[in-house]
Amino acid sequence: MIGASSIRKEGRAKVLGTAIYTDDKFMPGALHGLTVRSEVPRGILRAIHFGEGIPWDEFTLVTAADIPGTNLVASVVDDQPFLIGIGEEITHSQQAVLLLAHADRHLAEKARRAVRLEIEELPAVLDIQSSLDLQTVIYGDNNLLKEIHIAKGDPDPVWAQAAHVVEGEYRTGAQEQMYIEPNAMLSVVEPRDGALQVTVWGSLQCPYYVHGALRQLFGLSEKQVRVVAMEMGGAFGGKEDYPSVNGGHAALLAWKSGRPVRLIYDREEDLACTTKRHPSRTRLRTAFDAEGTLLALEADFILDGGAYATLSPVVLSRGAVHAASVYRCPHVRIHARAVATNTPPPGAFRGFGAPQSLFAMERHMDICARKLGLDAVELRRKNFLRMGDTMATGQVIREDLDLASIMDRALAAIGYRDKRAAFAITNQEDGPIKRGVGFSVFMHGCGFTGNGESHVASVAGVEGLADGTVAVLAASTEMGQGKNTVFAQIVAETLQVPVEQVETAEVDTDRVPNSGPTVASRSTMMVGRILEDAASGFKQALVQQGFLAEPYTPESFRAAVAKAVATLGSLRCYGQYHRPPNISWNDVTYQGDAYPTYSWACYAAEVAVDLDTFEVKVADFAAVQEVGRVVNPTLAAGQIEGGVAQGIGWGLWEEVTMQRGRMVNNQMTNYIIPTAMDLPRMQVIFLENAHVGGPGGAKGIGELPMDGPAPAVVNALENALGALRLDEVPMTPDRLLDRCEEVSHG
Amino acid sequence: MLTKNAAGVKARKRLCMTVNGRAVEIEIDIRESLLDVLRDRLQFTGVKQGCSVGECGACTVLIDGTPMNSCIYLAAWAHGKTITTIEGLAQDGLLTPVQEAFVDEGAIQCGFCTPGVVLSTTAMVDSGKSFTHDEVRRELSGHLCRCTGYQKIVDAAERALREAATAADESPV
Repeated sequence: MIGASSIRKEGRAKVLGTAIYTDDKFMPGALHGLTVRSEVPRGILRAIHFGEGIPWDEFTLVTAADIPGTNLVASVVDDQPFLIGIGEEITHSQQAVLLLAHADRHLAEKARRAVRLEIEELPAVLDIQSSLDLQTVIYGDNNLLKEIHIAKGDPDPVWAQAAHVVEGEYRTGAQEQMYIEPNAMLSVVEPRDGALQVTVWGSLQCPYYVHGALRQLFGLSEKQVRVVAMEMGGAFGGKEDYPSVNGGHAALLAWKSGRPVRLIYDREEDLACTTKRHPSRTRLRTAFDAEGTLLALEADFILDGGAYATLSPVVLSRGAVHAASVYRCPHVRIHARAVATNTPPPGAFRGFGAPQSLFAMERHMDICARKLGLDAVELRRKNFLRMGDTMATGQVIREDLDLASIMDRALAAIGYRDKRAAFAITNQEDGPIKRGVGFSVFMHGCGFTGNGESHVASVAGVEGLADGTVAVLAASTEMGQGKNTVFAQIVAETLQVPVEQVETAEVDTDRVPNSGPTVASRSTMMVGRILEDAASGFKQALVQQGFLAEPYTPESFRAAVAKAVATLGSLRCYGQYHRPPNISWNDVTYQGDAYPTYSWACYAAEVAVDLDTFEVKVADFAAVQEVGRVVNPTLAAGQIEGGVAQGIGWGLWEEVTMQRGRMVNNQMTNYIIPTAMDLPRMQVIFLENAHVGGPGGAKGIGELPMDGPAPAVVNALENALGALRLDEVPMTPDRLLDRCEEVSHG
Repeated sequence: MLTKNAAGVKARKRLCMTVNGRAVEIEIDIRESLLDVLRDRLQFTGVKQGCSVGECGACTVLIDGTPMNSCIYLAAWAHGKTITTIEGLAQDGLLTPVQEAFVDEGAIQCGFCTPGVVLSTTAMVDSGKSFTHDEVRRELSGHLCRCTGYQKIVDAAERALREAATAADESPV
């Protein structure tokens, strides 16, 4: 079962059109909810005016004054209100002020436009540099949402003695997740046994995050809140933390109205107000000896965290740990800061800080090679981490790591040497098309950073059903990545039954335990491992209680489960995360094992630049990765291909244009994601190296493919066009034109 | 009931169309899109809303066999026409060859773009024409997918086209 390309469990329902996404759920009598937002980046809310011509008495209206519990969204730091009240400070342009609901969707929209907010505007901080300047302080006393220092050795004495010191500054833009299903929530709040019962059905990655947020919002006990994850039309991190906000809004309207409420964002609202990838600025300084051995590295890594902390502390943490990338270096200093601005808070997006710092490092390595007069391949080869080496956090590489083989495989797949030689000649010709090939080498930490897994202490289980099949009990959600199928494969492998005998239970907090959020490339490796334990225990229980005798056939196993359920009423077995004995982490010093293991990769890209239009076409792409054992090759390849597409999009086309702290290209017509015509056929190659800590030897895979494409593509652009200031993504045609003009104008 | 505005113009209209082989007669507001009528009035929720501006293709239906974005197609225009939604493809739970190809090739991830892409591919297959690899990519470029990078979607479409061509060659003339 593990290692087979089992057919996607819910694929049939999806291709028939019968899979039920949130907005598809039949809910008679539901009201349509809408949100009134501030539209100015910073100010004091003085009044809410309700315009004429609207039958306001027919509307359900919710303001901050109505909130029954705590008006703060439960998150890493509880600093973000659900709604801003009169006299309170508005801190970004999409701040929710008023919720309204009506049975007539069109009338509700008309009403939203009829509300006028009276706001006393205050000076706003809209970018990283203004936040650092501290001329206006908008958060705490220094505008810092989080600050991290990572130190190894002492770089200071090295700079003066080194043969080469190379400095560089790199920037990355915000990126929209652009799941095709916009954010969506349904809620019913009703009295039950004299108390309040809050239920939310939604498009959400982390049911227990929403569960916790609703408990805090209403001041309720665990049993009074139920969260159900519906079929999800993509997420990529965009439905990790935001559903705690819109889930709360839907529930507030349902509570106030006593009616079911649908809160379905349209695309404009979704793009304008929900989370994005954090914009970043990274300054790097590296010292090398005369032969190109890396001696010291200093990184100043800054994320624009928006108006509230939300997930920025943990995004920063992952970005900081990945800042030194895959290179051995005796002296490292990493200073990482997430700064506050008056913009809608960014949040989780596939990669979670790592794509930003890895873009900087992998661009920087190519620039270092050029400045040192060395080959970019050989400079990397000389400095790769190997077994026994120590990373910036002091983590020792304990696996048989061979990055040079991964790199060589990717370069061979794309024909790196031959293409470089050929393009060096053809690019001298007169035509407008210039070609280049480039690559990046990188890693992605599997699971939560540091002590995250210990804090969550995830639980997952398996349950016997009356018909003798087995259900997987986990709060991990299916967002297209293949969780339903992979979990079934892992449990089926442990039970030694066909994968058809295992299904995943509906993700409903009334039924499934908290297996943690569906994030951080952790579901297969972390939750999968817990499910192996749970399934082993389940089998043992069947044997010990006399229902099952080994050896058994799938049919006799099925009969045993059916008999056990009929006899006992129910049969469930749970497993829980336990920290492996050789893993330690210090949250204060940022020293120790930042991750239990890493996935490793080299991606290579070939580009063709049209100097008449500055359009860039990615002509070929090779993705080679070592991700432990591959549980399902088809699903795994699908993860890589989709991640590469997002990475190329981030590198070349996807630009969030902000004006006065507001996204102004908030529609699919002018925020450009790749179509089928914009992408090459990708070569996806897995090098398997079983990881002892994962189920069947598997590691995490989901985020890895987001990290490598942007630096590979921009490195290829430098090969095509020569030494330009290619220090930023997205490298859009107008930005590329500017960079070329810088050179031609001297 | 027909309602009239001040100028005496009717805001409502009786719409007759065929949806998935069944005759449908329904009174609509002339401002409603075909997407709204199919989803909210007729409960064909396999038709998805992704952008409302005709960009993402998730709301694609076949109108007299041609793929159209139902979000920017007025319901009133569908009068007398034949509509096929994703729910209209499989007969008695039996997947069509196009649907089979999408499942088998791993072309489905989150599934939100799937109904539209499957309908566009069905129209390509039904056209009886042959398509080059680049033409397949161009035909499907009206569908935004954020999960797959399109590779397995293109594989599935090409497989369905290949199988249909083989079946046509083998069938008696």
